[in-house]
Amino acid sequence: MSKHQCPSCSTVYDERIGCPHEGYPAGTLWKDLPEDFTCPSCFLIEKEEFKSIAQNKESP
Amino acid sequence: MTALNIQNSEPQGGLSWAGIKKYFFIVAILVPLFQVFSAYQTVTTEAAGLWLWLLVLINIVVVPVADVLFGHDTYNPTQEQEESLKNDGFYVWVMYLAIVAHWLALITTAYAVSVVDLPWYHFLGAIIGIGAMHSVSFAISHELGHRVNKKTQTWVAKFATAIMGYAHFNIEHNKGHHKHVATPEDAASSRMGENVYKFAIRELPGGFVRAWALESSRLSRLGKPTWSLSNEIIHSWLMTLAGFGLMVLVLGVQILPFLIITSFYGWFQLTMANYIEHYGLLRQKLDNGKYQRCEPKHSWNSNFRLSNLISLHLQRHSDHHANPTRPYQMLRDYPEAPQMPTGYPTMMMMTLIPPLWYWVMDKKVVAWAEGDMNLVNMDGEAKAKLFARYHKKPVDQANDTAEVIL
Repeated sequence: MSKHQCPSCSTVYDERIGCPHEGYPAGTLWKDLPEDFTCPSCFLIEKEEFKSIAQNKESP
Repeated sequence: MTALNIQNSEPQGGLSWAGIKKYFFIVAILVPLFQVFSAYQTVTTEAAGLWLWLLVLINIVVVPVADVLFGHDTYNPTQEQEESLKNDGFYVWVMYLAIVAHWLALITTAYAVSVVDLPWYHFLGAIIGIGAMHSVSFAISHELGHRVNKKTQTWVAKFATAIMGYAHFNIEHNKGHHKHVATPEDAASSRMGENVYKFAIRELPGGFVRAWALESSRLSRLGKPTWSLSNEIIHSWLMTLAGFGLMVLVLGVQILPFLIITSFYGWFQLTMANYIEHYGLLRQKLDNGKYQRCEPKHSWNSNFRLSNLISLHLQRHSDHHANPTRPYQMLRDYPEAPQMPTGYPTMMMMTLIPPLWYWVMDKKVVAWAEGDMNLVNMDGEAKAKLFARYHKKPVDQANDTAEVIL
């Protein structure tokens, strides 16, 4: 399970948690998110600009 | 994030502005309380309807004069101060109490205009006054609506837009406007040469259509129909229905036109605010076909003290767009970002007279673009005229936008 972080507002997309409010349930893999997936907090940053972060780090 | 300077000119603590500034945000609660006072005076005094002009007077005279008198607010928090500002619940409670006061103001004013026999022109005072108040409700809803990870705050944001039945605001603003700001695709970014009335015709329906489509696609990802109780636009509509419905039930159906007209005027207040915030400013397209990221130079700012307090720092608009999740109390002034000559309330009034608006702002847009009109977000019909008047580069370069932009 990987994590990706928004470079603008630091929001983390954690595959274990997903983003249920936006319709991406827990367990939704990063690669399965649509290309136009946008940061669910600041809505500025699109998927391709997210940074992959350390996978063994605890959830924030 | 930005190459622009951020000034830290005042220490926190004691009786310095930095130390006491937080309490001045209570002005967001005072605005609706002034309206409650107007309603009370309308019912109980002989001057009656004259009192309904109180908030109009505050909006068009007191705030602009106070902005001139008290000048700019140069204080920006240090990083250390930001930590304490960030976690201070005071700033959230100000907004909660203000929204309760806003509803109270609408209810008491509706009561006053129902029970007192008023000439038509005093209704006008009530409508313009409530409209001015609604612009503050929008500022509060705007702030709360950005806190998408805090459930209570997003619910209060809906309760705030329910006051004027503008349920789609938060979705449109967060997912639509922020993503597309300062581009021709954005219904809520105005173009140079487009007057506020033409903008309203594009922005009001455009914003709704975009918000409804965004919410519809979120719901379809959840496997739910658009018309469902999970639709956040419908949440806020139901609050409006309950609030306005109760007022109709108690005060009679004759109050309905008043509620509808004040709501429409409130919507137009938002239109005016949207109009001034990015007028003419344009993000450039990159090689990959996407727009450059929004930078501080893509918003119009105003750093006057009182209007910044009333709008919850909305006038520090560059920082807001560069960092949409930054709480209002932490927003910073970028002195080098585009600046307007007065606070938002005065600029919004100026939009009502398009020649005056163009006279004040067009030269600022041209200066911003350094005379290269290819870099400006322009109204299609006004383009040829604006190019002829302001463009400083040879016309043969005008079509070669890629070269000019890069």
